[in-house]
Amino acid sequence: MTEAYEKVQLARHKDRPTAKSYIDNIFKDFTELHGDRRFGDDKAIMAGIAWLDKIAVTVIAIEKGSDLQQRVMRNFGSANPEGYRKAMRHFEQAQKFKRPVVCFVDTPGAFCGIGAEERGQGQAIAESITKMVSLKVPVISIIIGEGGSGGALALASGDEVWMMENSIYSVITPEGCASILWKDTSKVKEAANNLKLTAQDLYNLQVVEKVFSEKLPFEKLCQEIKEQLINTLKNSILLTEKELLDKRYEKFRKIGR
Amino acid sequence: MLKKGLFKKPQNILEGGTNSRAEIPEELCRKCAECNKMLFLGELKENLNVCDQCGYHFALSARERIFITADKNTFKELFVGIKPKNILDFFEYDKKLSSAVQNSKEEESVICGTCKINKIPVCLFVMEGRFMMGSMGTVTGEKITRLFEYALEKSLPVIGFCVSGGARMQEGILSLMQMTKTSAAVKRHSDGGNLYISVLTNPTTGGVTASFAMEGDIIISEPKALICFAGPRVIEQTIKQQLPKGFQKAEFLIEKGFIDLIVERSKLKDYLFKLLSFHTGAKK
Ligand SMILES: [Zn+2]
Repeated sequence: MTEAYEKVQLARHKDRPTAKSYIDNIFKDFTELHGDRRFGDDKAIMAGIAWLDKIAVTVIAIEKGSDLQQRVMRNFGSANPEGYRKAMRHFEQAQKFKRPVVCFVDTPGAFCGIGAEERGQGQAIAESITKMVSLKVPVISIIIGEGGSGGALALASGDEVWMMENSIYSVITPEGCASILWKDTSKVKEAANNLKLTAQDLYNLQVVEKVFSEKLPFEKLCQEIKEQLINTLKNSILLTEKELLDKRYEKFRKIGR
Repeated sequence: MLKKGLFKKPQNILEGGTNSRAEIPEELCRKCAECNKMLFLGELKENLNVCDQCGYHFALSARERIFITADKNTFKELFVGIKPKNILDFFEYDKKLSSAVQNSKEEESVICGTCKINKIPVCLFVMEGRFMMGSMGTVTGEKITRLFEYALEKSLPVIGFCVSGGARMQEGILSLMQMTKTSAAVKRHSDGGNLYISVLTNPTTGGVTASFAMEGDIIISEPKALICFAGPRVIEQTIKQQLPKGFQKAEFLIEKGFIDLIVERSKLKDYLFKLLSFHTGAKK
């Protein structure tokens, strides 16, 4: 069995494909749309409209950036409240135009800083979760690298959550956990094991519905994701609004019942 | 105004007739965290755990909170007997749970039930800060979710007192999922046209701030309560600079537009009643 911490390192690896690469390979004509209409344009979150085969979809993605310059510009994939508010604007438009939503999640966590707190990071995440879980169109989230706590959950409260084989999803970073538990950040491996944060763990805990093997070449993997998205969305479209919402409610309702 | 002397215990020998404060054993006193005044425990309790010099609000246990909020003998606890378990087989969680139970004399970090506030029936949840710092585990999330579902079914308002260190690490991702689970239940209750007032007390942080604490139709805070997503220490470590005084306190949040009201403890019940009564008239 692979140690959980190896997965953490793989999930954070600098050569790992970021959301942009997935978007380019899965969709056609992705058109990015900027800004939250309230404060600014958070570069950590990209949002827009694209074609998934013949279906117009809203795409929302946390983008880490693929080189150092990009990563700095993207704030290393840590969104500020305006990022989540941009996402919410697109949730609302998707609902208005009856477009399904696909989210890509790859974040060490929501940004932690003075401005983020001043502008209501907690409120923004809470509202994003609420909007997503009550959205009247199908919404699927794919965790492609790091799923860092509330900052990831804000874009992962939909019908299904999928994960890449080497991605992680956790309530706290293993470093944070180690420093709280053992006052010793070198105990990250133990922390990672304890947290049950690998895609395989989360699948077994029935928190995520699908795990994609990363053994395939990247283009093939994207093709596989594309097919699964089309299938799942086609099935979701058959549901009535109430069935869709009840099913989503139950997905989260059953966790810890 | 709440009556003084609500918590008055039977007098003991040490309490009666002492004039010299300097001779009082330390266990009868507590230093105010804000102004350093030495406060007698008996007087502090009479004053609802608020410093009479500077107005600092000390923590209340969940039961004390219920006692000063609910009309006498109206609180009926719901969902008793659901206990947290070490689902993930997490390091020393069993030990932490049993000491939390011992410290708080409660089963989990939240108590739920129904009660009346000046005769208006409500659903009430009160978090218990002494139970693993009020952290949210799966049972916490489950009880709060059930309360909102119950309140929706009965068309009752919900009043929720928050105090929390956030999602509970020892239940891993399952704790995180409670943020969505509770938010979904709050939303359904809200869509049913029902009122939810959340009352934030010191401290309300992390995953609780980023879910039901911030989802009230009306959000009230006690004075000077710390309310944040990321805690001040984490931010200071990240940005390597000291935070301005009063940052993330209730007074700061109301300036930034994130809470509706700051109400001192002694006036809280009056405010809750006033707000509740605006929402009960039209319904019947
Ligand atoms: Zn004081």
